[in-house]
Amino acid sequence: MYKMLLSWRYLRTRFIALASIISVTLGVATLIVVNSVMAGFTREMNDRLHGILSDIVFESGLDGFPDAEWHMDQIRQEIGDDIEGMTAVVHVPALIRIMIRGEYHTRQINLIGVNKETYANVSHFGEYLQHPENRKQLSFLLRENGYAPEKKDFPPSGWQHRRMRMAFDEAFDQSSQPVPAPGPVVADAQSASTTIAPPDDPAIPMDPYGTGAGAQAMVFDPSKEQHTGIVVGIALCTVRARDAEGDVHDYYLCRPGDDVEVIFPTAGESMKPANSFFTVVDFYESQMSEYDSSFAFVPLETLQELRGMIDPATGVSHVSSIQIKLKPGADLNAARDKLRARFPQDRYPYRIDTWRDMQGPLLAAVRMETTILNILLFLIIAVAGFGILATFFMIVVEKTRDIGILKALGAPSTGVMSIFLSYGVSLGVVGSGVGMFLGLLFVWNINTIAAGLEWVTGQEVFDPTVYYFQNIPVQINPFTIAWVTAGAVVIAILASVLPAIRAARLHPVEALRYE
Amino acid sequence: MNSFLELATKRLGSPHRTSGPHTTFPSGPTSEQANTEPDSGTVSTLNQPAVDGTESPSQEGPLMAARGLSKSYWKGKHEISVLHDVDFEVQRNEFVSIIGQSGSGKSTLLHVLGTLDALDAGEIHFDGNRIDVLSTSQRDKLRNQQFGMVFQFYHLLPEVTTLENVLMPIMIAEGVFGYWRRKREYVERAKNLLEMVGLSHRLEHRPRELSGGEMQRAAIARSLIAQPRLLLADEPTGNLDRKNGEEVMQILRTLNVEQNLTIVMVTHDAGIAAQADRTVRLFEGRVQLA
Repeated sequence: MYKMLLSWRYLRTRFIALASIISVTLGVATLIVVNSVMAGFTREMNDRLHGILSDIVFESGLDGFPDAEWHMDQIRQEIGDDIEGMTAVVHVPALIRIMIRGEYHTRQINLIGVNKETYANVSHFGEYLQHPENRKQLSFLLRENGYAPEKKDFPPSGWQHRRMRMAFDEAFDQSSQPVPAPGPVVADAQSASTTIAPPDDPAIPMDPYGTGAGAQAMVFDPSKEQHTGIVVGIALCTVRARDAEGDVHDYYLCRPGDDVEVIFPTAGESMKPANSFFTVVDFYESQMSEYDSSFAFVPLETLQELRGMIDPATGVSHVSSIQIKLKPGADLNAARDKLRARFPQDRYPYRIDTWRDMQGPLLAAVRMETTILNILLFLIIAVAGFGILATFFMIVVEKTRDIGILKALGAPSTGVMSIFLSYGVSLGVVGSGVGMFLGLLFVWNINTIAAGLEWVTGQEVFDPTVYYFQNIPVQINPFTIAWVTAGAVVIAILASVLPAIRAARLHPVEALRYE
Repeated sequence: MNSFLELATKRLGSPHRTSGPHTTFPSGPTSEQANTEPDSGTVSTLNQPAVDGTESPSQEGPLMAARGLSKSYWKGKHEISVLHDVDFEVQRNEFVSIIGQSGSGKSTLLHVLGTLDALDAGEIHFDGNRIDVLSTSQRDKLRNQQFGMVFQFYHLLPEVTTLENVLMPIMIAEGVFGYWRRKREYVERAKNLLEMVGLSHRLEHRPRELSGGEMQRAAIARSLIAQPRLLLADEPTGNLDRKNGEEVMQILRTLNVEQNLTIVMVTHDAGIAAQADRTVRLFEGRVQLA
């Protein structure tokens, strides 16, 4: 009873000990904040890396391998129980040319032919599209309007935009046509042309090879028709920059409804560049700048056809990879190993990797960073532990006479010891509890705090043009928090053990004489 | 078996006591539950078996008897002999004063008698049982429940109130639950004691808010809370002015006369010492026959 009473009274009257516990509090709070932010970044990165990569990728070279169906059957036989979705993909490096204000703007891309029904089953592809309908089910047909409802500066897009633009182009063409020239000029022209062609020659037909009627039917009317659809990574078509006020804006070079030209190599024995026009039908935004600035998706069959990957005789088509999504909880590595065993490297030219294998170095770097940060911060708490040790020794010295009194009144050594131990425990609990609370508070409001810091220092803490996130991602892991808090309590207890033992060993008579 | 732990156990509020200073205080049911963890090692460590077979405290012989007490300290290479073959006896219900100059070893003698300090040689018997060979925890219990102690510098705990200071020996003796179960009774007892020493208006004050005389009276109240059989007082008036010193002496005498409390008091003041029944004079660690 006296133990509780006294350690409580000491706690209330010895603020120096509370000061020493502040270092524990700060250490705990920092550890929680750092861990939560690192976990948030890791989660975000994993999501994004994984978002575009399916669980297991089964791929060969650019020319691909024939008969995806047979391979898929084989894969199903191996790991059929774990498969949630599977799709065949063709991917090829390509160039995209975007017409901007009369000039071609050419960029290098990774062109991917996807099956619009099954591709969304193996990755988060659908979630990253801008049109709400496309998120549910991808369509390579242009939509009327309604793109990116949550983006306030997204320009008008879709058929609406396309018709408006065509009307504008037409009006522009008409207004810039030369006005019919006055007589003398015409005469001059006629006289000049007489040397080339006699004026009485019949007009040269528009299409020397076709019949006039047929040519009329083949004319492509951009205001009513579209080319094959293409989904373009958003960073290919936007420039992200700051305006004069320093706010970040996206400037759109093209938008759904515009046409782009894509140039890619054909497959087969003699590789040649081929080109084709596509109509942008949506943007892809995974917020991984690497992907957003390089991926473009077109329908699988179209790409196979354009690249000559379909055998004209048998109709068997080539694909360059098969992407597999496993059911939640399935063992990724085991599935990969089974497939590797089925398609041994020495006989089949396939690379079979999980998404973690493909992004391994990056993930490992982040993990190592987290570990090192944790070690450093825990050292800080250990330093705080020594501070507590020193403070407690001081308190024991200060309380020497009290200890003598208690012993004279018959308090056992263990009782005296437990006064100081429970003092340490309660300080540790209070310190790490407050630290946990502060840390969580900081984590919950981290974006507000970052904004406040930006306002105070005038320096941007978190640059959205760099990270492609609007906010600092955080993830609170209860296990980490419990571990950090318990660790700090343990350190506080350890730091109070030595002074407590010293207190218990004091000789009552000497302690009573102590002045 | 008249073992000390059994005895110690029964002291606290035991209703069948026939003599002693407790008759004026209310005593409740026995607190055996809180204090009697049966200690099997107890009996064997007692050198001297009980004289008679009764379970109640023996009424025969001196309450405390010490024979051939010797104690010395080492200061560097020099051995300083503090007590030299001291024999000392306290009869039941006696008020003995030990008088001597500074350095005569009188305080050490009191500490040794109160089991606060260890002996080099000699033996001490309390109520017929040898106590200088008890284990540390048994001595803790003995000090807590059989002895009351009063010091020159009061030695109240500064962080707790007067009432809590007085209750401290009970809190040490009882576990948390034992204390809470009988809290009202204990508080009542502490209040009665504080009223007896004239401090009922100071219950919630901290020691530093009290005067020296008040602190010493609170210390006396604390020494009585566990209903001890022997009060050991180390210069109880040494730090007080004349008036307060007399008040303290008045209280001690009253306790001795009205409640039959056995008191051993150390002092250097012959006038104070003369108020006791008997005076033992200590000079350079030896008992001088007066």
